[in-house]
Amino acid sequence: MNLESIKKFLLEDFFVTGDPFIYAADIMIGLTSILIIAVLTYFKKWKWLWNEWITSVDHKKIGIMYMIASLMMLIRAGIDALMMRTQLMLPSMNFLDSQQYNEIFTTHGVVMLLFMAMPFLFGLINVAMPLQIGARDVAFPYLNSLSFWLFFFGAMLFNLSFVIGGSPDAGWVNYPTLAGEKLSPGPSINYYLLSLQISGLGTLMSGINFIATIIKMRAPGMTLMRMPIFTWSTLITSIIIVFAFPVLTIALALLTIDRIFGSHFFTVAGEGLPMMYVNMFWLWGHPEVYILILPAFGIFSEIISTFARKGLFGYRAMVYSMIVISLLSFVVWVHHFFTMGNSPAVNSVFSISTMAIAVPTGVKIFNWLLTLYKGKIKMSAANLWALGFIPIFVIGGATGVMLASAPADYQYHNSYFLVSHFHYVLISGTVFSIFAGLHYWWPKMFGHTLNETLGKWGFWLFAIGFNLTFFPMYIVGLMGMTRRVNTYSADAGWTSLNFIETIGAYLMGIAFLIIVYNIYYSARHGRRDQTGDPWNGRTLEWSIPSPAPEYNFAHIPRVEGIDTYWLTKKDNRKEPSNHSTYKAIHMPNNSGQPFFMSLFFFIAGFGLVFEWIPIAITGTLGIGAVMIVRSFDEDKGYHIPAWKIKKTEMKQRGQNHEVNK
Amino acid sequence: MKKLLSGMIPIVFLSLLMTGCQGVLDPRGPVADTQYNLIIYSIVLMSLVLIPVFIAFGIIVFKYREKASSHHYEPPEMEGNKKLEILWTIIPIIIVTMLAIPTVQATYSLEKSPSPEQKPLVIKVISAQWKWIFQYPEQGIQTVNYANIPKDRPVKFKLTSAAAMNSFWIPQLGGQKYTMPGMTEVLFLEADETGTFNGKAANFSGKMYSDMTFTISSQSNQNFENWIQKTLEMKPPLTAVGMDQLLSPGTVDIMTYSSYPKNYDYLSNLKGGTMNEFGEH
Repeated sequence: MNLESIKKFLLEDFFVTGDPFIYAADIMIGLTSILIIAVLTYFKKWKWLWNEWITSVDHKKIGIMYMIASLMMLIRAGIDALMMRTQLMLPSMNFLDSQQYNEIFTTHGVVMLLFMAMPFLFGLINVAMPLQIGARDVAFPYLNSLSFWLFFFGAMLFNLSFVIGGSPDAGWVNYPTLAGEKLSPGPSINYYLLSLQISGLGTLMSGINFIATIIKMRAPGMTLMRMPIFTWSTLITSIIIVFAFPVLTIALALLTIDRIFGSHFFTVAGEGLPMMYVNMFWLWGHPEVYILILPAFGIFSEIISTFARKGLFGYRAMVYSMIVISLLSFVVWVHHFFTMGNSPAVNSVFSISTMAIAVPTGVKIFNWLLTLYKGKIKMSAANLWALGFIPIFVIGGATGVMLASAPADYQYHNSYFLVSHFHYVLISGTVFSIFAGLHYWWPKMFGHTLNETLGKWGFWLFAIGFNLTFFPMYIVGLMGMTRRVNTYSADAGWTSLNFIETIGAYLMGIAFLIIVYNIYYSARHGRRDQTGDPWNGRTLEWSIPSPAPEYNFAHIPRVEGIDTYWLTKKDNRKEPSNHSTYKAIHMPNNSGQPFFMSLFFFIAGFGLVFEWIPIAITGTLGIGAVMIVRSFDEDKGYHIPAWKIKKTEMKQRGQNHEVNK
Repeated sequence: MKKLLSGMIPIVFLSLLMTGCQGVLDPRGPVADTQYNLIIYSIVLMSLVLIPVFIAFGIIVFKYREKASSHHYEPPEMEGNKKLEILWTIIPIIIVTMLAIPTVQATYSLEKSPSPEQKPLVIKVISAQWKWIFQYPEQGIQTVNYANIPKDRPVKFKLTSAAAMNSFWIPQLGGQKYTMPGMTEVLFLEADETGTFNGKAANFSGKMYSDMTFTISSQSNQNFENWIQKTLEMKPPLTAVGMDQLLSPGTVDIMTYSSYPKNYDYLSNLKGGTMNEFGEH
């Protein structure tokens, strides 16, 4: 290997060159990295970052890290979306060429679904779920940290593709044969496969962790049918994860082996079956949609009930409907490819099973309406997101039923009608729930509320922008506009609708800036939450101080019913007398191992992306080494002494508490 | 406000119907008609759900919002109501059933020829990177990126792919079906008017996917026969070498050939590729 060939490799295959967008990104990434390093060094925060955050096994801190990373990914994929909308604003635009456009819609989809929506929900689950069930942490804090770092390094590996090697460009579904070695050689598709694989392992571990936590760590008295509805949604979601994600793991692994080691699982040569990938992908992919929507349902249920000052109407029906949805989610996957020539019997069965999902979902909608009925509805920012969700989601759901009709789907499939449908359900469902949950649980995380005025501005602009963007897509889809086209001609007659869509998209961008500014503004001027219960909440997380102390509950609460904290407040019950004495609390130790293990996963993944087997082996050995270290690790945790707990409780409960004494 | 909104929905769709620019809502054949009717029927059915829910939502949120006068109001606790919950389990079941029945009927009917009394014209469709190849086995001719069909006669499209998966879609004649390498799907379509209809590659297939459009011209039987005759007489034949070139990635203009190579392996690109495992061409 001479110098010239190394130079040639670096400039032609390794670094993505010759594109002003990429150079701009290179510069941005470089400057941001320098800035972060400089700030951390100047304020001497390296040690703090390592001790307090990176090695933390505290579920609340892990939750916050999930949210910070997801917010970054939201910005990235949001910029992707705005670039696409800019390109489609007018006919025959030359803002992006077809290759750039293909990469951008691929990364937009992958990042939004797998590196934004799902981890953001995991962040909220991590923060709120253990508090809702009166636990001091999740069942496996170390594993929780590993889940986060696997997600984080998976996401980083995916984003690296933008500047090194080239981004994936076969759509977020990544079907072979297009995504096979023959039609897409090179590292780009490998990035997709390996980054999803790594973060997918983290997701699977989270699912197991959440199930164990909910089954084993509920406070005494909290029977399953007394669990807060968000905890229920987490449990059901986690069960879906445990059944669905292994399918993705296998599909990705087989395609990886096809591409890197030349096997023929999904290639046409050697009697492989490309359609097998499509089946496996959606066997995971459809349940994945419910992984994204069920926690959202849980968040909305909590918020609607809290701000209507009423218990959730039909709690049992809400639980059963989620269980039915989770079961149905595994028997509808073929509706993603009605048009692939299935027999009419198969299409009929899957049409009906898909339509059946409307029944439990309808029950939920009506029960939310009845929860609001005769309530005292407070129009807080969190509640606006929850209320806005209902009508928008109903439109998305109704078009979902329309799409379920297989013969009609022949006309909707791959058109903007479909694009609009899934944005209607995923944005009004998942994204609205994320913002709602952020407003709702913010004081529990940081001790102050987010500004309501800015929050409401954010909501209205976002909701208006959203409808402007996506409603015209239904129409333009019926006019025959196919998804993933990078441009269209003026005589197609789609110009005015596309123009409106782009305006809407920019409105959503502005709304998002307001939401982010609100975080900054509220950090400086936000109202401190002295009570721990700023919304007059109903569930256990509001019974402890804000921000939640490290050990969560100084005394493990006793649960008397659904909305147990509300019952306590209503009865005006005094705290039990033993609450003035404190006992030492056992806590797990921080660990840097999850970070290093995930880093080795990243190295192994990067080696496989470029098919550099020695690097892949090095990374794999590293993973094994950390596992061995962990196996001999006799970490028994530590105790927080009683006096320290007393001090914290006194301080955080504020003056009110001391006056009572 | 809400009334206004619900009143607007039909207007939006009405204006949509009238624009009729080569879309799904401007059907020109029996298959597209069936699908059009199903779509409109489902929109009406869904409006029956949407409008009451919107109105109820508007009234409830407005009436029970927190206001100064409700300061002392304490909402009642309602655990649930079996009768009501059974009611709104049954309503969606009825509506879904009302959609499921015509759905299943149409699913079965669209598998068959829309005019079974006539012998269908067979056209083999091959999607390549990034062009559409149409072969007429009975006539022996081949076209690229366009096809002519006789009016009022069913056409049996046999779909396959020489490269990435794609999806063959002519919105005005009927819904799409996938073209997949190594498999053959059948799609029956029929035009009941003469005219030129836009066809699309509906499934993403790589770099030049957006340019992969084609047109279908429906002609009187006489014109169609004349065109076949003229093609056979005047157009060049296509050799296997010519086919190799045609299948190589890129876009082309419309083309017409009086023949195409028999027993050609359309999967050769995916199998052998440009290089075999020994690094030879």
